[in-house]
Amino acid sequence: MAEPARARPKITPETQHYWDGAKAGELRLQRCDSCAHAYFPPRPFCPKCGSRGVSVFKASGKGTLYSYVINHRPLAPGFTEPHAIAVVELEEGPRMMSNILDCPQTPEALELDMKLEVTFQKIDDNLTLPQFRPAKG
Amino acid sequence: MRRNQVAVVGAAETTKLGVIPDMSQIQLHADAALNAMADCGLKPSDIDGVATAVESPQQIAHYLGITPSWVDGTSVGGCSFMLHVRHAAAAIEAGLCKTVLITHAESGKSMIGKLPRSIPADSLQGQFEAPYGIYGPPSQFPIPVLRFMKTWGITHEQLAMVAVVQREWAAKNPRATMKDPITVADVLNSRMIAYPFRLLQCCLVTDGGGALIMTSADRAKDFPHKPVYVLGTGESVETPMVSQMESFNSSRAFKVAGPTAFREAGISHSDVDHLMIYDAFAHLPLFGLGDLGFMPYEETGKFIADGNTRPGGKLPLNTNGGGLSYMHSGMYGMYALQESVRQMRGIAPAQVEGAKISVCHGVGGMFAASGTIIFTNEK
Ligand SMILES: [Zn+2]
Repeated sequence: MAEPARARPKITPETQHYWDGAKAGELRLQRCDSCAHAYFPPRPFCPKCGSRGVSVFKASGKGTLYSYVINHRPLAPGFTEPHAIAVVELEEGPRMMSNILDCPQTPEALELDMKLEVTFQKIDDNLTLPQFRPAKG
Repeated sequence: MRRNQVAVVGAAETTKLGVIPDMSQIQLHADAALNAMADCGLKPSDIDGVATAVESPQQIAHYLGITPSWVDGTSVGGCSFMLHVRHAAAAIEAGLCKTVLITHAESGKSMIGKLPRSIPADSLQGQFEAPYGIYGPPSQFPIPVLRFMKTWGITHEQLAMVAVVQREWAAKNPRATMKDPITVADVLNSRMIAYPFRLLQCCLVTDGGGALIMTSADRAKDFPHKPVYVLGTGESVETPMVSQMESFNSSRAFKVAGPTAFREAGISHSDVDHLMIYDAFAHLPLFGLGDLGFMPYEETGKFIADGNTRPGGKLPLNTNGGGLSYMHSGMYGMYALQESVRQMRGIAPAQVEGAKISVCHGVGGMFAASGTIIFTNEK
């Protein structure tokens, strides 16, 4: 029997640019044309001032580890080992959820405020997931 | 809302708490509701307001044979019942209805007749959180705690003491699920669930329910039990996505709900005799003590570790044993309200002698929502 699959996002019109960006190897955020507020998750208006004048931009992909848990149980479908569920604080301000790849999933290795960089995990031809790993150099 | 205009006159939990495989969820609602009606000598035809969460108010009204003129189906997670109390008090005061029934029940353990809960794949949480392996509250609710601990200097031992102290209260409560004493070492050696939280820092999973009946203060004196007056209330919501909280150093929803209730009640923290802070996981009492303004956040861990909230301490907290040791069907807010009412009636198993003001603070949908109710037994 096949392993139960990881929960997959079902893309909506307002989030399409984000997922297209991930496939293209870009972390795409949005910024308000009026008040310059950068935000996540995607939406076609500024959650700070309500303006519908917003632009998509390519984020730096740099961030820091804001907080996390290391999940042991119940294990989520598609995840077979204890794994960190982290929240990354992006250089541009917004925070987003991520796993921390290329890093031991231990409290010793996962130090709060450690520098992270974006990486893209190809799940299959239809889905690439933005992820983070310890920053190199 | 004016103070002391509305009171709880009926309060009861289900006949059994714990593992109840012979009752469906809707039957647990009915059991709690009939117990609460019996507690105040009312029948379904005496009720004209109905509020519940997850289950629909139309289902509850129909099942119990109630014809309401006011309904509230606010469903914001485990603190929904705090919001129902607040809304019911306002509705009664506004003359929209006279006698409100609020029910909660959940077949959390036995899963009989339980309504499904899932994260839709096209929701924001489904798109931007679920793919990273969140799966149930243990993988979500504790996510802020490491940041909170680092910011405020809270130790793992202090966090473990939350569970130890609540077990001391549970030991005094015959209806508590877990009553054996535990130590900090027991907590820190229990099975890992989601680092840093281990089994004994996570809530129980049980079956049960509870119901409240509220009416105006001028009618309340005609009921068999001492009325428990609503002195102050507050509510707010933040975000259903834990990753999108404004900060992990506090809860924005707590910081609105709690202080709103204190302002409305016109009390200060030193007036509080008894406190309930919804403890789905061990970090919530620390957030609550800070966000409700009892003390600076950095003092919360030490305050509990020093024994101030244990039996005999100056601020009795979660005196039924809490969600960690008393019971937790999935939505704990009703059980916290029941304990506050028992304390104000003077009939709690671990009664705080002479308690006159009880603060009951709830959280729902991880940190998505919050409601605070302040009760008093003095008019
Ligand atoms: Zn703006």
